[in-house]
Amino acid sequence: MMGAVVSLDGLLDQRRIWRGRQQAAPVGLQPTGHALLDAALPSGGWPPAALSEILLAAYGSGELQLLWPSLARLTQAGERVVLVGAPFIPYPQAWLAAGVDMARLAVVQAQGSEGLWAAEQCLRSGSCGAVLCWPQGADDRALRRLQVAAETGETLGFALRPLQAAVNPSPAALRLTLEGNPPQLHVLKCRGGLAPTAPVALGSWS
Amino acid sequence: MLWACILLPQLALDGVLRQRDDAEQPLVLVSGPTQRRVLQAVNPAARALGLRPGQSLTAAGLLSKDFATAEYEPGQIEHWQQFLAAWAYRFSSQVSLHYPRVLLLEVQSTLGLFGPWPAFEARLRAELNALGFTHRITLAPNPVAARMLANAYDGLAVDDEATLLDTLRRLPIDRIGLPEENAMALKRMGLRQLGQVLSLPRAQLARRFPATVLGHLDTLMGQRRLALDFFNPPDFFDQRIELNFDVESHQALLFPLRRLISDLAAYLAGRDAGVQRFTLHLQHAVGEDTLVKVGLLGAERDAAMLFELARGRFEQVVRLVAEDLPTFVPSRQELFDQRPQQSQPWEQLRERLRARLGDDALQELRAHADHRPECAWRLDRPFKGGSLDLAPRRPGWLLPVPQPLIESGLRILAGPERIESGWWDGADVRRDYYRVQTAAGRQAWAYQTVGEGGELVLQGWF
Repeated sequence: MMGAVVSLDGLLDQRRIWRGRQQAAPVGLQPTGHALLDAALPSGGWPPAALSEILLAAYGSGELQLLWPSLARLTQAGERVVLVGAPFIPYPQAWLAAGVDMARLAVVQAQGSEGLWAAEQCLRSGSCGAVLCWPQGADDRALRRLQVAAETGETLGFALRPLQAAVNPSPAALRLTLEGNPPQLHVLKCRGGLAPTAPVALGSWS
Repeated sequence: MLWACILLPQLALDGVLRQRDDAEQPLVLVSGPTQRRVLQAVNPAARALGLRPGQSLTAAGLLSKDFATAEYEPGQIEHWQQFLAAWAYRFSSQVSLHYPRVLLLEVQSTLGLFGPWPAFEARLRAELNALGFTHRITLAPNPVAARMLANAYDGLAVDDEATLLDTLRRLPIDRIGLPEENAMALKRMGLRQLGQVLSLPRAQLARRFPATVLGHLDTLMGQRRLALDFFNPPDFFDQRIELNFDVESHQALLFPLRRLISDLAAYLAGRDAGVQRFTLHLQHAVGEDTLVKVGLLGAERDAAMLFELARGRFEQVVRLVAEDLPTFVPSRQELFDQRPQQSQPWEQLRERLRARLGDDALQELRAHADHRPECAWRLDRPFKGGSLDLAPRRPGWLLPVPQPLIESGLRILAGPERIESGWWDGADVRRDYYRVQTAAGRQAWAYQTVGEGGELVLQGWF
């Protein structure tokens, strides 16, 4: 039996063939500020209205250099950024030098389950541009709540967690591990596309 | 203005009946001392047995044995009246409890929203039936006339003065709310209807009767205004139901719980609020209350949903206290709306965080022009004055308390940078700061006190 010969272009034009991967990279709504990372992520930046997880060997391994461009862009646009349960005090001079508007930055001091609650409320309220939280001992369920809250409130959520959590599954839309020496990151998971296997180098921040 | 009068003829009985799931069973309310118990109110089933209000309990016991009794509590009448006023508040901002067992609502101003009147009235009746209260509703241009028409009519709506005058003239003397002896005196004079009284010379009436009679007639005819106190809804919801039987399974509690929740929903709708957290107190005959806390993610007021959340495990007495009543934000969708739903303003969010975590939990950080790192930031104080020198690189994170840097393989990247300041306020600082890199690639900001040497002290992370 012989099928009729159909041109591939014709089929594509009729939209009868589903293409696994979109050809044109979408313009990122939430660019990270790092060109290489934007190019590696399927959404062209942070996944909007979702939780992103950043896994670190230790605090101070370059997470600020990763996030500062986004935070600076958001605060200068008038959006509010909330830090929930930050392990240290943000040094205003350094944050100002990075371009972050301190008047738009709020610090919530809450630990453990209270911190998770506060982060969830901030994400859900929809009045914040980005919420950074440092969940301690958060399980899969707590992260899922944060993820759902970020979707509901259409807010960028960042969870900064220790590297040991990389082996556990997580509902976050994007998972990165950050290495300080040399400064680079691995994408473990990104929703909407295949995670790039090669590490993404970040600009040197020394 | 148009006034609706909702007369609740058997408020005490309804208040008891609605807490029982067998409304058809004969029920009487009794009061008085133990030696002389008197029936105060009877429901239709009990009336069919021949029981009447005013009978003694002994006499009633001779007529029948198959009826339930409950205590007649005047305080409960007041409670239910307050509850219904809160319910009525959603239909009008002017709700008055001037007369006992009566709700007076100014409805002219809200007719545009709920009207026309037949539809409005049908809605009031449907909701009162659902809440389980018998009622009579009348409408008149002034509150006193509405109240007195409710004595004789149910469902009568009079919206102009001429018809009102005509209707009032035909009212019997004993239905117009005059004191007993005055009404009796008028009847003995051969007057049967209000119209006959009104046709008497005014001076004669003033001579023969106390001033209150003419005053009352004037307010009834709308010639004099009645000053009314208006109802203010309470800020929290607290209601309890006492069960007079032992509860062995939570099934028996579902009916009272459903009542409590639907009352809460009626109250929330009246205040246009939602509830986010509420507590069910289970008050036992012996021992401490059991608290069942129900928390929600967003403000809600749908009775069915709240009930599903709250049904559970209870005993003996259920009391519902709801104090956290944020504004209810219905899901809305707008074209070009950036944040489609549940958008809560920052100020409101801030209050909620403070309420739960404490006043100091939420801070806004401000830069302060000082070279000493521990003095370079202020909490919740706007930055003023002084030029901020951003030239030297500073770490993004500052440790609350500096601690010794115990790491191997340190490499100095920059430094020393001398910071010497604060001799004027006693916190004198003379330090040499270095930017060092650890073996793992982290960059630390550490110092050595000048003149002391020794270990590096960690103060921040880049």
